[in-house]
Amino acid sequence: MATDTVKFYQTGTFTVGNRLLDGKLRTIQSLPQRPNSLDSGHRACQGCGEALGARYAVDAAYRASGGKLMVVNATGCLEVFSTPYPESSWQVPWIHSLFGNAPAVASGVAAAMKAKGKPHTRVVAQGGDGGTVDIGFGCLSGMFERNDDVLYICYDNEAYMNTGVQRSGSTPPAARTATTQAVGPHPGNNFRQGKNLPRIAIAHGIPYVATASVADLHDLEAKVTAAMEVHGARYLHIQVPCPLGWGADPSHTIRLARLSIECGLFPVFEARDGAVTSVRKIRNRVAVDEYLKLQKRFAHLFGKNADQEALRSIQAIADNNIAFYNLLEASE
Amino acid sequence: MFHQIEGSLAVAKAVALCRPEVVSCYPITPQTHIVEAVSALVKSGELSPCEFVNVESEFAAMSLLIGASAAGARTYTATSSQGLLFMAEALFNASGLGLPIVMTDGNRAIGAPINIWNDHSDTMSMRDCGWIQLHAESNQEAIDLHIQAYKLAEQLSIPVMVCVDGFILTHAYEKVDLPTQKQVDDFLPPYEPVQVLDVNDPVTIGAMVGPEAYTEVRYLLHHKHTCAIELIEQIGMDFNSQFGRPSGGLITSYRTEGAETVIVALGSVNGTIQETVDELRDDGVKIGSIKITSFRPFPLAALRDALQHAKRVIVVEKYLAPGLGGILASNIRMALRGLNTKVGTIVAGLGGRAILKNSLREAVALAICDELEEPYFLDMNWDLIRGEIDRAGQTRRSGPTAEHVLRALRQSTANPETPLVPVAR
Repeated sequence: MATDTVKFYQTGTFTVGNRLLDGKLRTIQSLPQRPNSLDSGHRACQGCGEALGARYAVDAAYRASGGKLMVVNATGCLEVFSTPYPESSWQVPWIHSLFGNAPAVASGVAAAMKAKGKPHTRVVAQGGDGGTVDIGFGCLSGMFERNDDVLYICYDNEAYMNTGVQRSGSTPPAARTATTQAVGPHPGNNFRQGKNLPRIAIAHGIPYVATASVADLHDLEAKVTAAMEVHGARYLHIQVPCPLGWGADPSHTIRLARLSIECGLFPVFEARDGAVTSVRKIRNRVAVDEYLKLQKRFAHLFGKNADQEALRSIQAIADNNIAFYNLLEASE
Repeated sequence: MFHQIEGSLAVAKAVALCRPEVVSCYPITPQTHIVEAVSALVKSGELSPCEFVNVESEFAAMSLLIGASAAGARTYTATSSQGLLFMAEALFNASGLGLPIVMTDGNRAIGAPINIWNDHSDTMSMRDCGWIQLHAESNQEAIDLHIQAYKLAEQLSIPVMVCVDGFILTHAYEKVDLPTQKQVDDFLPPYEPVQVLDVNDPVTIGAMVGPEAYTEVRYLLHHKHTCAIELIEQIGMDFNSQFGRPSGGLITSYRTEGAETVIVALGSVNGTIQETVDELRDDGVKIGSIKITSFRPFPLAALRDALQHAKRVIVVEKYLAPGLGGILASNIRMALRGLNTKVGTIVAGLGGRAILKNSLREAVALAICDELEEPYFLDMNWDLIRGEIDRAGQTRRSGPTAEHVLRALRQSTANPETPLVPVAR
């Protein structure tokens, strides 16, 4: 991975001021010439993980492309909050077509650039989990399979937030959504369902697949930069907490993203040419309860009638991830 | 230069002469020969620079062209039938965004029941998707309309669909005059987009528009169609003067001088209709026909002008709007509103059923006596229909319709006493 984990020993945290870093490792957002691809003034909710993730991701791609970047957006929160006419927040060439076709539109932009002899103009496509793992999946798989020169970024907030929090193929087990309500003998979303798109992407044998989190924006930037150094189909899956859909305090967005990594439910890793090449180790392992109890979508698992069986099943998923990706430091 | 070639190859060669830069392809019968031929032209380097992309669905085929066109490339794809319906959402999007994509549709029926043969169910169902729809009568016209389509699309920044009857044209070997590259280059200037994704001049394309301006943005698409009415005529005339043959335009009249009865239709069936007109004229019937080339925009004024002296209009359409009858006929009634002209609908040629001259003559005879049912189904096997309705009415769980109809047809055709398939007489 392009980043080094630096522990700030004076305070015991991993949050490192940019001034302590080598110039070329400093975050793009700290630079006076940061591109502001997604500019201020948009209509995202307070604490929106997707707005934060998109801002860092697209700016990093912009810098990596030397400013020659075109962005294709699927329908969804990101598209809606950033474009109500004529208040576009996008400072880059940007197109939105439909919910399910962003990967194909991006392939078309890339094909046009190739035909016009402009291979240095790069293309990023982006969408939420609904636009990626569900309705856009056919187009995404096609784009992967053809190895078209597109970086696709999924901002995964684990449900259809734009339409009012309905279940998607990325909604975690037990989570309450508007279509998997906390009622009946098995409240919330079903277990043993859902798609693991990063692994599906890896199975396509594309040159670069990674997961990232808004809890580690430096790592996120580094992964976008690494992805942009490669040509062909690339996939980045970013977990982005949604205060509205998750029933969480807007001030907990980063904390939730971090706890999701630290409990093992969201493994952060990088894969090249079909094989996992690096993982971000868990620093302070926590039980899944620590992550789940901050979110009202899991409230039915706690309290008087706590669903210990469901909690054990979710913990087992985290344990399985930790074993599969070898997420613990060797010393632990 | 004259060639004796298949319609699909002729279309592919005409498209290649227009120098598309991005072509997407997804196979569906009867369009396949077109994209196969284009793929060979790209692979061999004959058509260059051009990116040919084999995609995973028609939805992706159109979506890919949306991206390529927005990035400033001249684009092309072809489809048919279910494929056109599978791209429905992207079709509306392409016209809404104002992207001058050109596409061929090899007209084919829609399932169920699945059927690969020709009628106009596919493009007719997409009549309001905002695309210009031009219908070719012959393979020569298919060539010419594609060249005109690019000029029209790019001048107005609107997508254009060239409708070519599946099998009847796509698989027919006809003598065609293919223009030279220089002729096409002289007629069709390089594509200069009105909007483009450009890193040096960033724009947002596809923003959300609320009730405050949605109507106006949609009207502007309608306005382009209004402008196309004039432009289609103009481009047709320019084409005629540069290539030396009439082609395109909104409508073409055939022997309508003094005609009391006029048959109107889209596409390749106009050949059969014109022969029928000739025969009836020989018999002293005052009859003519009109071929509509531009179905969208619909040439209301031109048709009203051309049909104003007719007593009756018979619309032959390869489409059935269930619960209504005919769409082309309804549109023509709109063109003739306020006049006393009778407009009859003949639903014909569905799912590839041959449209025969004698059957048309029977229908015309009925129309002249004011005895044409509305809508009239050409060569309908009413025995088969009555039998199936009776059978299905006898039990709740009557089973799948298509299979039973086919079984009844086979049983009845085993008995030569009851001919159920129309035969040429």
